[in-house]
Amino acid sequence: MTILFDGIAYGMLLFVLACGLSVTLGLMNFINLAHGAFAMAGGYITVVLVNRLGVPFLLGLPLAFLFGAALGAVLERTLYVHVYAKSHLDQVLFTIGLVFMAVAGVDYVMGSSQQFINIPTMLQGQFDVFGVRIGRYRLMIIVICGLLTVALQFILASTRFGSRLRAAVDDQRVARGLGINVGAVFGLTFAFGSGLAALGGALGAEILGLDPNFPLKYLIYFLIVVTVGGTSSITGPFVASILLGIGDVMGKYYVPTLSAFVIYSIMIVMLLWRPQGLFARASAR
Amino acid sequence: MSDISRPLAAQVTEFLLRRARWSPIEIAFWLVAASTIWLFPARHLILTEICIWALFALSLDLILGYAGIISLGHAAFFGLGAYAAGLIGKYDIIGEPALALVASGLAAAGLGFATSFLVLRGSDLTRLMVTFGISLLLRELANKYSEISGGADGLQGVEIKPLLGAFRFDLYGHTGYAYSLVVLFVLFLLARRVVQSPFGLSLQAIRGNPLRSSAVGIATNWRLVAIYTLSAGYAGVAGALLAQTQAFASLEMFSVERSADVLLILIIGGTGYLYGGIIGALIFRFLQDYLSTLTARYWQFWIGLILIAIVLVGRDRIAGWTTPLRKLADALGRWRPGWRSAAGGKP
Amino acid sequence: MPVVLETRSLDKHFGGIVAANQVSLQIQKGARHALIGPNGAGKTTVVNLLTGVLKPTAGQILLDGRDITRLQPHERVRLGIARTFQINQLFGDLTPIETLGLAISERLGLGTDWWRIVGSKSAVTEEIVELIERFRLGDVMSTRTAILPYGKQRLLEIALAIACKPRVLLLDEPAAGVPEDERHEILATVAALPEDVTVLLIEHDMDIIFSFADRISVLVNGALFVEGEPDAVARDPRVKAVYLGEAFDA
Repeated sequence: MTILFDGIAYGMLLFVLACGLSVTLGLMNFINLAHGAFAMAGGYITVVLVNRLGVPFLLGLPLAFLFGAALGAVLERTLYVHVYAKSHLDQVLFTIGLVFMAVAGVDYVMGSSQQFINIPTMLQGQFDVFGVRIGRYRLMIIVICGLLTVALQFILASTRFGSRLRAAVDDQRVARGLGINVGAVFGLTFAFGSGLAALGGALGAEILGLDPNFPLKYLIYFLIVVTVGGTSSITGPFVASILLGIGDVMGKYYVPTLSAFVIYSIMIVMLLWRPQGLFARASAR
Repeated sequence: MSDISRPLAAQVTEFLLRRARWSPIEIAFWLVAASTIWLFPARHLILTEICIWALFALSLDLILGYAGIISLGHAAFFGLGAYAAGLIGKYDIIGEPALALVASGLAAAGLGFATSFLVLRGSDLTRLMVTFGISLLLRELANKYSEISGGADGLQGVEIKPLLGAFRFDLYGHTGYAYSLVVLFVLFLLARRVVQSPFGLSLQAIRGNPLRSSAVGIATNWRLVAIYTLSAGYAGVAGALLAQTQAFASLEMFSVERSADVLLILIIGGTGYLYGGIIGALIFRFLQDYLSTLTARYWQFWIGLILIAIVLVGRDRIAGWTTPLRKLADALGRWRPGWRSAAGGKP
Repeated sequence: MPVVLETRSLDKHFGGIVAANQVSLQIQKGARHALIGPNGAGKTTVVNLLTGVLKPTAGQILLDGRDITRLQPHERVRLGIARTFQINQLFGDLTPIETLGLAISERLGLGTDWWRIVGSKSAVTEEIVELIERFRLGDVMSTRTAILPYGKQRLLEIALAIACKPRVLLLDEPAAGVPEDERHEILATVAALPEDVTVLLIEHDMDIIFSFADRISVLVNGALFVEGEPDAVARDPRVKAVYLGEAFDA
């Protein structure tokens, strides 16, 4: 049961990390392989804030979010915007280039060893609930990510911005024709998604391990969430993340040497069976 | 055929045959390449590296430049070829390195054939992920079965017998280089024939317009399977060359970094005209050397920057800068590059 | 005349949208059969179903009595069905010589040859020349298709279908988008098609239809509405109503 709990925590973390990528792909049909770099940025800025500047951890989290969002907004307006219309190959090349730069840059500035964030003692350790061991940190992750998911769903379903976003994801041209400023929608969404990734990076440093190779190491997980979950809803990636999280943790526990193998194989089978993802609508692009 | 048609027929035939002719620049290039065996003995080790990257990039060009398949996992075949050659050498399964090379290439081609069906379906992103996933899978397998593969330490104790029974693989890499260059040349010749054949033309058609291709009777899937298999075989041979010239194989050969690097090399040199891999490998290796002297460990940063610059400036526009050279080549003997894609960004 | 191409209760649904509704069409050998209807009636959908680009939700397609419903597009081409596209579908980077050569090689079974150079088979070259002459593409034959004027591209589009030496040719609005002064070339080409080739023509231009077709099927909202000889269809008040958008009780 603890494993299940851990798996859920891992899954929700993955969701927060990957949902920005899902929206980017669905909205602009843009393959952003550098998404993990924003997560890494969030992790490292939190290291600096909490470890070196003494900022309280729980304050560091929203700051990481803001940092990621700002970084995303700046890069989007200056660089990404020039690549939207280009071919998928160009997008892949561009974002790989960004990853290379990010990885080398972080290595240079912060060194190549794994970084640990000083977690407040309140969040360390575990407690027992009906005989199940619950880690405090993981519980916090579930709470925070759960709240975020609810908030995201609310924004998407019940706000004007949300409906504009859904319209633009559905059909960009028609949305433009209706007067929706797709460029602005995308800029905001990209920034928000990057912020979430950064927050996920900050939260995840403890669980996933933070080092300059983070973007490439976890890229496949983000891609799995996005392709299996589809890009036309929040629920798709959410369910996909939870499944992946549980699957990965269980795999590591029960079949340690083969766990990654199992995950990748399932992914390949899934992609073949349903190239549009498990949750994509029938009329998806 | 009518009287009007005869000169027209001659013109058409001339046009088609001209596409395939060896231009003087090409001949000069290979002569110079061959001469490096004798002229630059001190550089043989780095030249061998370049040959191997060039062959690897050439293999990627076959699927990317000619068939339009974007792969982020081509290192899977490279790594498989490397480990195959390494294991063959270590356990003396095949004594002659050249035969071992062929066997390794076939093994990689086999994997390519098996996985080609996965690559036919889905969007660019799906293909990207499937290819990526396969290379990750192989890496995991090699990691798990470390009794066979040596795991994270790499394959140890590989011994390669003398080539053709006579040429020992020496520390200075002389044999290794001549070997690699010859292999590169032979495989290049084969690739050149294939892309200029009716089969090769059909691949370009499939890349340009798959809908129309099937509407003129082309069984697109089987053609793609064929070129993917060939490409995998070539990548496997490149990996085997590395394993044989260095008597070593490691998990890194399956890595996404290697897949990304070969993609970068091909893009630098240009896709769709077969020489892109070779030119790209030359530029990449010299860049790497130059940048490493500037910034030790962090040269990847500058590579990333160059990649971004290439994309932002536009690969078509960069192709345009080489137009004078291309026009010269054309004037001398009509090698027609096929990579000037129409604006709108096909790879 | 025997029926060469036939559909039986062909249906195509896209989710809730019915693009083809119980279409049962019979095209006789050697016919000049026109398929007309208002925009969005489903004419191109029918062609896509016939050529295998779309899979029907229900129904059958028969070529010479043989069920080809499950066959892939390229297999149908091998059996003798060729089509043109309403919007040119050509190979931008290839020249007309290469484009036509490609189709001819495929038809002759030479398309998978990987060991010899394109251009080394004179049989193919002769056919290329024949088509270039017939479609007057001589002055643009070695130019990249992407930069050809639209009229020439359209001619190439048709030439490409002819290169497959089809028994049944499906022409999807061959004159669409072609400037006035270049139309006659297209029309002349269509009129000059061999007698034994069966042609299904989709067109909006009534002049073309009436000068060319010997039988007309009218498609409305995915269903066959009226069928018959050109004169009869032209006089049918229901057809006029459909085209003029008047309310009509089916």
